Amino acid sequence: MKRALLTGNSAAAWGARLANVDYVPAFPITPQTEIIETIADWVDTGEMKGRMVTLESEHSMITAAGAAAATGVRVFSATSSQGLLYAMEMIYTVAGWRAPFVLVNVSRGLSAPITLESDHNDIMAARDSGFLQLHCSTCQEVLDSILMAYRLAEDERVRLPVIVNLDGFYLSFTREPVQIPDVDVVSCFLPPFDPENIRFRASAPASQAVAVLGGSPYSYFRYETHLAALNGITVYDEVARDFAHEFGRYHDAVEAYRSDNADVVFVMLGSFSTKAKEAVDRLREAGSTVGLIRPRLLRPFPAEQMRQLLAGKQGVAVIDQNISMGKGGVLHAELASVLYGQPKAPPILASFVGGLGGRDISVEELFEIAATTRNAIAERRTPAPRLLYTKGELREMRKLQAIAHVERVELEPRQ
Amino acid sequence: MKEKAFKRMKDLPSAHLLGTGTPMCAGCGGLEALHEIYDVLGEKTVFVNAAGCMTLLSVYPFTPFRGSWLYTAMASAPAGAQGVRDALDILLEKKGITCEEDLGVVVLTGDGAAYGMGLSATSGTIERDLDFLYICYDNEGYGNTGQQYSGATPHAARTATSKGSRGFAGYKKDLFSIWAAHKPAYVATVIGAEPLDLARKIEKAKSLKGPRLVIALAPCPTGWDYEPRDSAEIGKLAIKTGVWPLKEYIHGKVVHTKVPHPRLPVERYLARQGRFSHLFSPRRNEALLSEIQTRVDNYWKEVSRHPNPPS
Repeated sequence: MKRALLTGNSAAAWGARLANVDYVPAFPITPQTEIIETIADWVDTGEMKGRMVTLESEHSMITAAGAAAATGVRVFSATSSQGLLYAMEMIYTVAGWRAPFVLVNVSRGLSAPITLESDHNDIMAARDSGFLQLHCSTCQEVLDSILMAYRLAEDERVRLPVIVNLDGFYLSFTREPVQIPDVDVVSCFLPPFDPENIRFRASAPASQAVAVLGGSPYSYFRYETHLAALNGITVYDEVARDFAHEFGRYHDAVEAYRSDNADVVFVMLGSFSTKAKEAVDRLREAGSTVGLIRPRLLRPFPAEQMRQLLAGKQGVAVIDQNISMGKGGVLHAELASVLYGQPKAPPILASFVGGLGGRDISVEELFEIAATTRNAIAERRTPAPRLLYTKGELREMRKLQAIAHVERVELEPRQ
Repeated sequence: MKEKAFKRMKDLPSAHLLGTGTPMCAGCGGLEALHEIYDVLGEKTVFVNAAGCMTLLSVYPFTPFRGSWLYTAMASAPAGAQGVRDALDILLEKKGITCEEDLGVVVLTGDGAAYGMGLSATSGTIERDLDFLYICYDNEGYGNTGQQYSGATPHAARTATSKGSRGFAGYKKDLFSIWAAHKPAYVATVIGAEPLDLARKIEKAKSLKGPRLVIALAPCPTGWDYEPRDSAEIGKLAIKTGVWPLKEYIHGKVVHTKVPHPRLPVERYLARQGRFSHLFSPRRNEALLSEIQTRVDNYWKEVSRHPNPPS
């Protein structure tokens, strides 16, 4: 074991290297590119044994990844944002093949307008695909989650691909101290991939991913995939326990921070939760019993654990770093569906959307979110969803627009 | 691998590998070609398929293939071949499988995927020098959805999206040359109606390593509007009229494997198909007919001037 300062991207590359992956189909995209550059270097120097090939698109990259996994080798790949969306047809398809492999997504906002910076709309677009999803908040978690993801994906009760998600810039380019485990300890935790019957061999002809006719066989396979994804809850818990046993770090499916005796709870995904923890500490110093709940596992959704953790809370503030146009925060809607009508469900479930395209969520905003939620508890009415945006920001936007307008008018030749 | 000699029709394989009872249309020229191709390739193959008519060959839980099959999507079958081939190579290298367990990787797509949506994936796969065989069955339109025009549709053909009196306004894309421009190991055109020429080319492709790509013109009773029993005859006419030149690209040169002599007028081919009936009735469209004839004439004139053009 050694300790090093690693970016989230570098931690992801280390995850792939330690998982002893055979095959890395790749395609560059910001902010993910550092992952495949790092792996390419290691493959060149022989530090990493696997084979890497750059495809001509993410659509082809995911096709090759799924096809190689379906032939029986261990596969790793990585993408971001537009790349994930360009691959989306195959994201759904290879999950249906039940081809187990690990894909890292470095979250980045979606076009239009085109941007490089982070939010979760890309990963939310893959929500219903059949890929399982792990969401990370630190660089250590990125490395650890990749190792765990292979165990989860390859388990015979699951056999589904897994996405490990980290936030672009906030994690991808931020250096944090990371413990890099020893290869032999990793191989105890993660033995070589046994594809069993998922393979192509001359002596055992197989047809994979064939067509179906009619809704009955179609439903059969779709339900099978759903049930396999749900098995992921139990399997994840086993994997997390084994991981803690081997490496001394326990990554629960849902992280609960000072939430036991809290009456108000933040619920959110990813790296901004580290900031929310600071807000929780400061609010508690000021006498407000606030906590934080962060699902690491988004698919399968740890519904029962979320219900238990939130039972008896007065108010829940869901902070979504995504926006479903014409509806609002996706995580908020997900949570409502698992809490509604359940005993001891929190009476207030407020929705806040923020942190889009790399916009910060400040600690002051988190204070405001807590205050708004408390008001709602007092008024016994869930408030309308809030889009985080300050007057100052709006003033700056107006100023920019005014300057651009004036410049155009000034620069136009006079008639 | 040594080339088997296919000198006469009786040298062709007598055992047929592809099962019967598939949902392809009666008289399908694509299935005819696939039958012949599969017999030469043998069962140690994995077909990587893109969306098209042939996707319906393997419908759960039945398949006519004795070997393996993977359906991908419309645009990325060559990338699927990349994944399968690379994985097999990795397993061979790691001694995870023996050589006997290895498979030939064969992409199988229609013209919709080959000429259009899948062209970028094909280009990438050739440029990466993947060891694979690509079979395109070209029925000159999006056949599985009811024959709308595609990049492979010939000039003036009536399709579900070109029903006017002049038919399809565009011209058939020269996929052979596009593929050959990548300088792969092998490119060929074939047709099921010329089984000996087809078998020789598939055998040759089988003996080579690297990207090998074959376009089979696939007469299509439903899409081209003729009786299923006429498929072989129409296929032969495509060759005799010079509409579908049988050729191969190998070692940097294009060679025509069958030069029609004497070459029949293209009308003989066109008049047999409902998709060209508007060229003949209610009155003959002399301008269009002569334009089509001139294009074919010019092609063969060029061939006689430069029999082996470098591609």
